[in-house]
Amino acid sequence: MSQQGYVTAPPFSQSQPRMGGFSAGFGPPNSSLHYGHYGDPNSSHAAAPQPGLSKSTVPLGSSAPLGPLPPGTHQVSQNNFQSGPSAAGQQPHRFQSPLPPNNTGPSYPPGSHQSQPASPNTVSTSCTTQLANQLNSMQINSYGPGAIQSSHTSSGHPQQLPLMQHQMTLQPGPQIPPPANNFSGLCAQSSLSSIARQDGIPGSGLPNPNLQQLPGQTPGPGYHPQQANYGPQMAGSQLSYPGAFPGGPAQLSGPPQKKLDPDSIPSPIQVIENDKASRGGQMYATNTRGQVPPLVTTDCLIQDQGHASPRYIRCTTYCFPSSSDMAKQARIPLAAVIQPFAIVPSNETPLYVVNHGETGPIRCNRCKAYMCPFMQFIEGGRRYQCGFCNCINEVPPFFFQHLDHIGRRVDHYERPELSLGSYEYVATLDYCRNNKPPNPPAYIFMIDVSYRNINSGLVKLICDELKTLLDKLPREEQEESSAIRVGFVTYNKVLHFFNVKSNLAQPQMMVVSDVGEVFVPLLDGFLVNFQESRSVVNNLLDQIPEMFADTNESETIFAPVIQAGMEALKAAECAGKLFIFHSSLPTAEAPGKLRNRDDKKLLSTDKEKTLFQPQVNSYESLARDCVANGCCVNLFLFPNQYVDIASLGLVTMYTGGTLYKYNNFQLNSDSPQFLTDLRRDIEKKTGFDAIMRVRTSTGFRATDFFGAIYMNNTTDVEMAAVDCDKAVTVEFKHDDKLNEDSGALIQCAVLYTSVSGQRRLRIHNIGLNCSTQLADVYKTCETDALINFFAKSAFKAILSQPLKVVREILVSQTAHMLACYRKNCASPSAVSQLILPDAMKVLPVYMNCLLKSTVLTGRPEIPTDERAYHRQLVMSMGVADTQLFFYPQLLPIHNLDLKSDAVPAAVRCSEERLSEGGAFILANGLSMFLWLGVSTPPELIQGLFNVPSFAHISAEATLLPDLANPYSKKIKSIVEHIQSQKPYTMKLMIVKQREQPEMLFRQFLVEDKSIHGGASYVDFLCCVHKEICQLLN
Amino acid sequence: MATYLEFIQQNEERDGVRFSWNVWPSSRLEATRMVVPLACLLTPLRERPDLPPVQYEPVLCSRPTCKAVLNPLCQVDYRAKLWACNFCFQRNQFPPAYAGISEVNQPAELMPQFSTIEYIVQRGPQTPLIFLYVVDTCLEEEDLQALKESLQMSLSLLPADALVGLITFGRMIQVHELSCEGISKSYVFRGTKDLTAKQIQDMLGLSRPAVPIQQGRPLQAPEQPVISSRFLQPVHKIDMNLTDLLGELQRDPWPRPLRSTGVALSIAVGLLEGTFPNTGARIMLFTGGPPTQGPGMVVGDELKTPIRSWHDIEKDNARFMKKATKVNAVSAGGESTHSSLGLLCGRGCLNKRECWHTEWGHMVMGDSFNTSLFKQTFQRVFNKGLNGEFRMAFGANLEVKTSRELKIAGAIGPCVSLNVKGPCVSENELGIGGTSQWKICGLDPCTTLAIYFEVVNQHNAPIPQGGRGAVQFVTQYQHSSTQKRIRVTTIARNWADAQSQLQHIEAAFDQEAAAVLMARLGVYRAESEEGPDVLRWLDRQLIRLCQKFGQYNKDDPNSFRLSESFSLYPQFMFHLRRSPFLQVFNNSPDESSYYRHHFARQDLTQSLIMIQPILYAYSFHGPPEPVLLDSSSILPDRILLMDTFFQIVIYLGETIAQWQKAGYQDMPEYENFKHLLQAPLDDAQEILQTRFPMPRYVHTEHGGSQARFLLSKVNPSQTHNNLYAWGQESGAPILTDDVSLQVFMDHLKKLAVSSAA
Repeated sequence: MSQQGYVTAPPFSQSQPRMGGFSAGFGPPNSSLHYGHYGDPNSSHAAAPQPGLSKSTVPLGSSAPLGPLPPGTHQVSQNNFQSGPSAAGQQPHRFQSPLPPNNTGPSYPPGSHQSQPASPNTVSTSCTTQLANQLNSMQINSYGPGAIQSSHTSSGHPQQLPLMQHQMTLQPGPQIPPPANNFSGLCAQSSLSSIARQDGIPGSGLPNPNLQQLPGQTPGPGYHPQQANYGPQMAGSQLSYPGAFPGGPAQLSGPPQKKLDPDSIPSPIQVIENDKASRGGQMYATNTRGQVPPLVTTDCLIQDQGHASPRYIRCTTYCFPSSSDMAKQARIPLAAVIQPFAIVPSNETPLYVVNHGETGPIRCNRCKAYMCPFMQFIEGGRRYQCGFCNCINEVPPFFFQHLDHIGRRVDHYERPELSLGSYEYVATLDYCRNNKPPNPPAYIFMIDVSYRNINSGLVKLICDELKTLLDKLPREEQEESSAIRVGFVTYNKVLHFFNVKSNLAQPQMMVVSDVGEVFVPLLDGFLVNFQESRSVVNNLLDQIPEMFADTNESETIFAPVIQAGMEALKAAECAGKLFIFHSSLPTAEAPGKLRNRDDKKLLSTDKEKTLFQPQVNSYESLARDCVANGCCVNLFLFPNQYVDIASLGLVTMYTGGTLYKYNNFQLNSDSPQFLTDLRRDIEKKTGFDAIMRVRTSTGFRATDFFGAIYMNNTTDVEMAAVDCDKAVTVEFKHDDKLNEDSGALIQCAVLYTSVSGQRRLRIHNIGLNCSTQLADVYKTCETDALINFFAKSAFKAILSQPLKVVREILVSQTAHMLACYRKNCASPSAVSQLILPDAMKVLPVYMNCLLKSTVLTGRPEIPTDERAYHRQLVMSMGVADTQLFFYPQLLPIHNLDLKSDAVPAAVRCSEERLSEGGAFILANGLSMFLWLGVSTPPELIQGLFNVPSFAHISAEATLLPDLANPYSKKIKSIVEHIQSQKPYTMKLMIVKQREQPEMLFRQFLVEDKSIHGGASYVDFLCCVHKEICQLLN
Repeated sequence: MATYLEFIQQNEERDGVRFSWNVWPSSRLEATRMVVPLACLLTPLRERPDLPPVQYEPVLCSRPTCKAVLNPLCQVDYRAKLWACNFCFQRNQFPPAYAGISEVNQPAELMPQFSTIEYIVQRGPQTPLIFLYVVDTCLEEEDLQALKESLQMSLSLLPADALVGLITFGRMIQVHELSCEGISKSYVFRGTKDLTAKQIQDMLGLSRPAVPIQQGRPLQAPEQPVISSRFLQPVHKIDMNLTDLLGELQRDPWPRPLRSTGVALSIAVGLLEGTFPNTGARIMLFTGGPPTQGPGMVVGDELKTPIRSWHDIEKDNARFMKKATKVNAVSAGGESTHSSLGLLCGRGCLNKRECWHTEWGHMVMGDSFNTSLFKQTFQRVFNKGLNGEFRMAFGANLEVKTSRELKIAGAIGPCVSLNVKGPCVSENELGIGGTSQWKICGLDPCTTLAIYFEVVNQHNAPIPQGGRGAVQFVTQYQHSSTQKRIRVTTIARNWADAQSQLQHIEAAFDQEAAAVLMARLGVYRAESEEGPDVLRWLDRQLIRLCQKFGQYNKDDPNSFRLSESFSLYPQFMFHLRRSPFLQVFNNSPDESSYYRHHFARQDLTQSLIMIQPILYAYSFHGPPEPVLLDSSSILPDRILLMDTFFQIVIYLGETIAQWQKAGYQDMPEYENFKHLLQAPLDDAQEILQTRFPMPRYVHTEHGGSQARFLLSKVNPSQTHNNLYAWGQESGAPILTDDVSLQVFMDHLKKLAVSSAA
């Protein structure tokens, strides 16, 4: 069969000459690593296809209908269990066997090897040809109806026109054949036409005329147009596996893409929209154990009915495999992403606070789990059995209540701790440091007043802003003013503390120049209540910029600054946050002094990891001290060169702080972004001096924690502070078999000090199912949470392992998960067919985004600081944030319905989705772009910018002008909507098509090949597929 | 010839010098047999309103090792324009400016009446006066308030162009920046960390390369470089600032007050070194208690650790003593010349005694800053002299030169050795020796140093008849008008052969000076030796002196006589033995240290008062008269006024007290009684006004608790032991086991005449 397949290949081989390089580059290097497998398996391939074929019939059959249908609706679902997983599944997931990963030349090899001989090309070329084939087939199969056409047509590029024609021609081809293919293609090779061939289906020997034409044509016109689009990007780009195989950038580019229609592969947008359509705007009640919540991107009303809201906890799967063997087999990470202080929309109930007075929270005697809905009351309510450790405890007398006829306490619904998944306890003195009630926390503002910050006007900006900001310190709802005290420090080479006691006429400045052994020079008057000391503080903030106006000090210190802040909090016996506004590498002679160690030569070597590690050890011990004293460090960086974020940010990271970075800060363009961040951070709801403990029912336990946290031992997650945006990802491992009846229960308890200085416990409970059926596990997976987990674990791993290894692990794990599904859950089909579980159908695309994120791409063009920065941000992100970060939102705004309030549906992040006549907003949580096609409708431009034409738009602007017209208002509201609830303020960049900044913008089109060498989605899919095939053999 | 008494007095008035011997034994052997060493009390800056300073530089001997100043004792060849140095006999050319010199046209320094002469030198840049306040903030609120007021007041007393600085300390040390507008700024240091001067300067940002001070600048005033630093500013500029700053001083806010006195001082020194190297300055320390942390710590901050008593120290039990002593030695060795005024309140200064003695100017001890004692003393620091100038000098440096037969054994007083060896430095040390130059930090017109000499002339190399030994004292200092001045005093005394001319030597004995000189030696020894040893040493010296100069028959105590020039000496010794300088019983280490500190720096008159307090009696029987310091002087119808230097005690006799209670003084017919009561008060007031530091003023009466001040001083001629033996006719018995003067003298006589001794 395969041979035949190859026979068909020759037509494609025309493109081979170009591809030759690819295979050469690709194949061999690959094989040495992950891809090695792919390469080898080739031999086995021959065998594989057959089973694959047989299997494929089923999916294909399903997919066949697709042609006519919108991708989302699958008739396939009817089929076997496949339908189960993919209930909502779309054809795209299942790739026909022939499709083996496009880009991954290796996977084809199986076929190719054989074909090689047959094909005129050299061995190397064979791979490529296969690729091409597969791609083609994919296109064909997946081809949605008219959507693609329309998109194509819409693109105004003259150059593209030919392409469009091609595609047009193609499409009809595919479309028509598919129906035939469905069956034939799947089962019978012949009918498969082009697809079949690629698939390596022997029967495909007779290509459809269309197909044949295609290949023939493609090299010509079809190719070019695409190049026009992709060309720039592709040119420099490496192979699909950019980072991994730096050496072998293959020019995969052209042909495969041509042939594979992106619409045919699983679309994240489609998945998101489907979920929105099915569950959006509804109420989701957490009354069932193990039910899968709506996606993070779906807006809905969540009602706590016994399990924590997904806003607080999201799991990678809601059904744990019952044994560790199963877990190992599936290789699905069992993890929960816990965002204990997540913001709850105002229309959902805030957490109830339970106060048991002096007795404190009720806890299991053995495992110390807190009273929760999982506790089973027995013996008429006199005792209860702990759901976690099964220990039987006495019910304290004051807590006693009778049981009703179904064995539930009569007061079940009156007590939050019995009926709700999330609630708070008021903690007793036993839960306080030194058994003393905590003092209200303090915020200390520490401003770098070295020459640069003064010169850039930053210091003045901060001081001016603080005057208004200090009125907005967080407070408890019921209180009139905030209990938080504030203190001020400025520094350059030495530290300046300020006494702003309310009875002073003038603030007093105290200079500490003993930076080697820094200390706090004053106790009284450093931390003050802003309301009381308002005049002195304002006086101070007025004077600071003047005081240092003629400074010429350019050296700064850093570690002593944190030390000082921590000592101040320690002396005041309170927890708190430091707000440090820093701009340069701390080169002054002091502890924590850093040198510029940024070295591009380290990239792709075993030493690359050192770039992510702190330069000196003192930062770690400093971080430890900070955590021990409840001192959270928020760092605002304003670098214009390397500042070693890996070192500077370490304390921030460990103390649960937030790192903000503003490259080349310009007062005019960057201050809105900075000020919004600052404002938001100051107003944030935060828990201070927190300790989190995750308890689980017997049979499994939490083994690994990722996030902006510090761990002194293996169980206590310490956070100097935890705010609404911080999420901790917890990985679980099996200890034992899990019982399907009792499920897997998780309780997360966070002990913290509130903004008013009250010690509290926040409890989140969630119950998951257990199953002996892998299919159940796959069915309840959540890709967004998985990606969150993978991102964090990979970003942690790069501290200890070479990037290459980390990337390989990610790929192989992806392949393993999918292969396991294929092997155990999917109905039999051809090996060459790519079958994705429904819940994971966008995993490859997300995984690819992760793999080509700046952190995992070691390229000299990417500043080391930028990578360290992203690494740090991601480590504390919640599921929603990682989802957006790795797969940015791309919104078309040129065809808005100005009357509706709705935000337009996003489109896939690919260049193909752009059009010359369109305008798009792209946002990933850190940056936001407004992309304008060259022929954007003038009325839109007029409406947005108040200029007559495209040429008049200034790309310098970072804000859209406020204009009183529907366009402007609508788009502004969209921007606001995108920005709302995001931890970082995105700076809006205006990108005009075909202008230089577009390069930057393109990096965010994550489905495409990236200029830094990341693989395109299609390529990656092929790669994964190949790997899966490998595994299956 | 006038009597020796007149001679001594004349000399003291002219030169501020009093020698123990005014005729010198001519050989080493004989000198040692004289028991009391050849020594002098020198008051370098004795006020001489009649002495106009000359406006030129002194002429120096050209021999590099000598460099003596031209003086009236030099032989001058007017024709050859040559002069011979009377110390090294080097023949020197007069400088060109002296071309017009002749017998009738002598420069001042050659006139005999100018044996003491003062030059105004205009070398180098003029530096203003520097006052650095070092203020303790670990005080009670009201104390601090009082101190703040005093300090604020003191600003108005300073000359307008004087530089002032402020350092406050508690747990931390704050160096206040004075020049800033708006926000007041200070540099803060940890109180536990001993820093080097270099570190301090770095941290204060003073480490810019110092402008090298060029030596030997021409005479005309250098273009006034505006020397100022952020920490030291002219009073007139920052008067308001500093007043506000002082006003806003807060008590040390830390839960338990910790005093980092040691570090505060070393920072003060570091600051001065960094800003004004080689310039005189005053560090004025105001502290309310013992240093409790950091270098120089005396007691731990734990309350359970008691402050040391004498008992502990003697047993070498004091934990922090060694460390403390060492640190102070370090700070004393600072390179810059600076002077200090320590104003101390409270306890815990003992371990600072080295500082006090050597380097520090004044020390005041009181219970609180909120007392008039402190306030007035502090004001008096800024008293002006006769010519309207401050009675203080800065950065003084004393050099002593001797003729060949003499060598310098050492000095005792508020000075530090500069370790300048020379041909005239003896190998035997008495006091601070091994040098011919000392730094005197806090110098005022009363400051008096004891300088001890050694006669080195061998017995077999007699000095020709009529030979004279000479000593020259050269004191360089910065006058309070910021001028640099040099005062030169040259004196000469006759040599005499002790064997043939003992009566000359004896007659020229200055027993007052000798008593003070011996007392200083005793006190100096007491610093390092056990109390009883010192007393024994003093006793032995006294006995030997009596043996040498008394006239007696062997073993016949009744035959013992002393000549007039020795007659008072044993009595001085008796009172010295009882004085708080040597008796530590009933005194805290602080008090002892404080007393000794003042004893080592006051002039002869004051020192004598300290040794033997003065007692005046006021009665209807006659005009006020000095009476014996004896319990027999305490009579019911007398008012007594006792001046011990540290205390002024007015004591009303029993009857007087009763009259006063009865209110007779208010009755017009008893106006004389009122005057009687008033007389001692007026006299006391007079003393109070001139005395520095302010004495403690005690007004008491018979049977009053404060009467103990008087009773502890008087000679206990009547005690409960011999009361009835003496009859009851007069005096007041003292309840003590101390021996009385009578008993003391009896013993002395017995021992002196004993052939066994």
